[in-house]
Amino acid sequence: MGNEATFNYRVVRQFAIMTVVWGIVGMAVGVLIAAQLLWPDLTFGIPWLSYGRLRPLHTNAVIFAFGGSALFATSYYVVQRTCQVRLFCDRLAAFTFWGWTAVIVLAAITLPMGMTSSKEYAELEWPIDLLIAAVWIAYAVVFFGTIAKRRTPHIYVANWFYGGYILTIALLHIVNSAAIPVTMTKSYSAYAGVQDAMVQWWYGHNAVGFFLTAGFLGMMYYFVPKQAGRPIYSYRLSVVHFWALIFTYMWAGPHHLHYTALPDWTQSVGMIFSLVLLAPSWGGMLNGIMTLSGAWYKLRDDPILKFLIVSLSFYGMSTFEGPMMSIKTVNALSHYTDWTIGHVHSGALGWVAFISIGSIYYVIPRMFGKTAMWSTRLITAHFWVATLGVVLYIASMWIAGVMQGLMWRATNPDGTLTYAFVESVKATYPFYAIRLVGGLLFLAGMVVMAYNTWRTVRGSDAVEAPIPAAVPAHA
Amino acid sequence: MSDFTSGFWSLWVIVLTLGGIAFCAWLLLATGRGVPRPADGQGVGTTGHVWDGDLEEYNNPLPKWWSNLFWITIVFSLVYLALYPGLGSLPGVLGWTSTGQYQRERSDAEARLKPLLDRFAPMPIEAIARDPEGRAMGERLFLNNCAQCHGSDAGGSRGFPNLRDGDWLYGGSPDKIVETITGGRLGVMPPLGAVLGEQGSKDVAAFVRSLSGLPHDRLRAQLGKPLFVQNCAACHGADGKGNQAVGAPNLTDGIWLYGSSEAAILEGISKGRNVNVSPGTLAMPSFQDTLGEARIRLVAAYVWGLSNK
Repeated sequence: MGNEATFNYRVVRQFAIMTVVWGIVGMAVGVLIAAQLLWPDLTFGIPWLSYGRLRPLHTNAVIFAFGGSALFATSYYVVQRTCQVRLFCDRLAAFTFWGWTAVIVLAAITLPMGMTSSKEYAELEWPIDLLIAAVWIAYAVVFFGTIAKRRTPHIYVANWFYGGYILTIALLHIVNSAAIPVTMTKSYSAYAGVQDAMVQWWYGHNAVGFFLTAGFLGMMYYFVPKQAGRPIYSYRLSVVHFWALIFTYMWAGPHHLHYTALPDWTQSVGMIFSLVLLAPSWGGMLNGIMTLSGAWYKLRDDPILKFLIVSLSFYGMSTFEGPMMSIKTVNALSHYTDWTIGHVHSGALGWVAFISIGSIYYVIPRMFGKTAMWSTRLITAHFWVATLGVVLYIASMWIAGVMQGLMWRATNPDGTLTYAFVESVKATYPFYAIRLVGGLLFLAGMVVMAYNTWRTVRGSDAVEAPIPAAVPAHA
Repeated sequence: MSDFTSGFWSLWVIVLTLGGIAFCAWLLLATGRGVPRPADGQGVGTTGHVWDGDLEEYNNPLPKWWSNLFWITIVFSLVYLALYPGLGSLPGVLGWTSTGQYQRERSDAEARLKPLLDRFAPMPIEAIARDPEGRAMGERLFLNNCAQCHGSDAGGSRGFPNLRDGDWLYGGSPDKIVETITGGRLGVMPPLGAVLGEQGSKDVAAFVRSLSGLPHDRLRAQLGKPLFVQNCAACHGADGKGNQAVGAPNLTDGIWLYGSSEAAILEGISKGRNVNVSPGTLAMPSFQDTLGEARIRLVAAYVWGLSNK
């Protein structure tokens, strides 16, 4: 295996390439199920291709396969570069790659077969959950092992966020997936009734908060200043928003259960901490965007920077929308509508996917001894196609969601509902069509990325970069 | 409040919640304090740390508007917790509960709608069906509550009766319709596959098809007749005309709840119908609690009116 004079780029390379592959797979499934909402008989009633089975496959593939691979790739890259030391234990790092890949393949087999724990974003059955736990603990050992043997005196802020996300996901996954197995493919949750719902959404919201936010903020803190060539705007801001963010997210889960059997006090606490979360979330956006102040001109011709900065705008938008939707009176309108779907995708496509795409465009050429992708123009094309896709997607779902919410609550003078449910479904059709177009555009962008990646990688040899001498600590 | 098993847990929640908010406030104070804002045109320095060649951090003070936003959410939270339930078992100054809100909205609506509904209370169902407003209200209630199964045109679908064809499983008089909507119905056809055997089931199916003049195997129908009398007549009658007292369908009228094909009839005979309905549930649910008597009479009038123009 490698030696201590070079960085371990092998595992970074593997995860970086798989980010592109799983991105296409996960988004293609998303496009398919978006089409199913428009044409319900699209897959001829074949059970494995039914909406109910493919929807969790889509969410698992984009969150854990695409997003997860991007997080693994960048965290391994960033922790080595900023600690100026080779990754701790090559074998364990290799295990995380093959283990994670096995989890994704098992998910792609079991979910279409209908094997599910029925917990949203935690659908995989218990044997796969055990494998996830093993991989995740190995990930923590590799990451924190690297931090422990670092040659820099201080731990860079990106690593706080990566570290927070790794620790918390271990806790969330293990607690929420606690189950009593019945057979190899069936288990029952260890919790019952409203407690089960609360544990599930404590997990579910923190999957958003730590997997999809803290982890990607780690990415932001390295790739934005690197690509912009500017120092981070404020160390002080990163301290306060880091601690406030990781503390407050933990409380926000109950806002998924407004006006349910969950006790009123729990709902109130979930709502107020969701509101308190607004400023800490925006702290990350500010620190990223303000890093560019004084160098705005760089946005003009650097499409990677465009991806990174636009991702922060979407992040700011989603983290404003989220606290607003957690207010009970707003939630009474938005809950159960496609507004939620729009909100999730402004985060998932606009923030998570954009920052990942930008970062992976930065990482891939460096894995092959280059400084840039094969074609910058194709990155620019990708950026515009993807931006148009996101805008179409979220605008159509916002309109559809508000329309559904208003139709569901409209009443006649005699107290009956003005619209039958099916009428709201019918009224949503045009928006489902627009959403499908948006999703197709986003997927098309990923295919462009795959082509650009292939041209960049083709004929080049993988490199293991030498570790530069550590910069001595300031006095 | 029964959310807590002891006063300790209520206190625990109060301390953690307020402690959490206090932690956020302390973070803001601690990081905001003691940093001189740089004068205009004068930059702030970096922290002096360098990573990976060129990664550095400025140490700009917290943006004022951002800290203010943070403070506003903190103050809002404290006010909200004082007004609404949130701090353990403390009810909040306003005494608000989600159950209370639901009950108030519901009773407000009932009070508003009472005069509208009261007009129909003394009217017989038949008269409501002829009253344009009564029929319209009945139709809207039907579309909200019944159309999911019986269809928006009340034409039914497989397993869900057509309500406008004049054919009734439990009777089509206004009283019977009110009874059906109020109490719900569960018509069970027992599985007879084990009793009749494969050939016997086919024979009975052929006989059943002969009752409404559908093409059938004459020999099988002849063999099936005594089996029918022995096993099916108790509910469906010796002549196959059914029995509304138990909801047994008339098999001679050419109207089929699950289809008239030989396969569909055979399936009903061998596996039964509504056999696996969970205890305590009904095939046709009871609407007594959901709609109440006044609205049930409006729906019944609409349904009755569909086949009694």
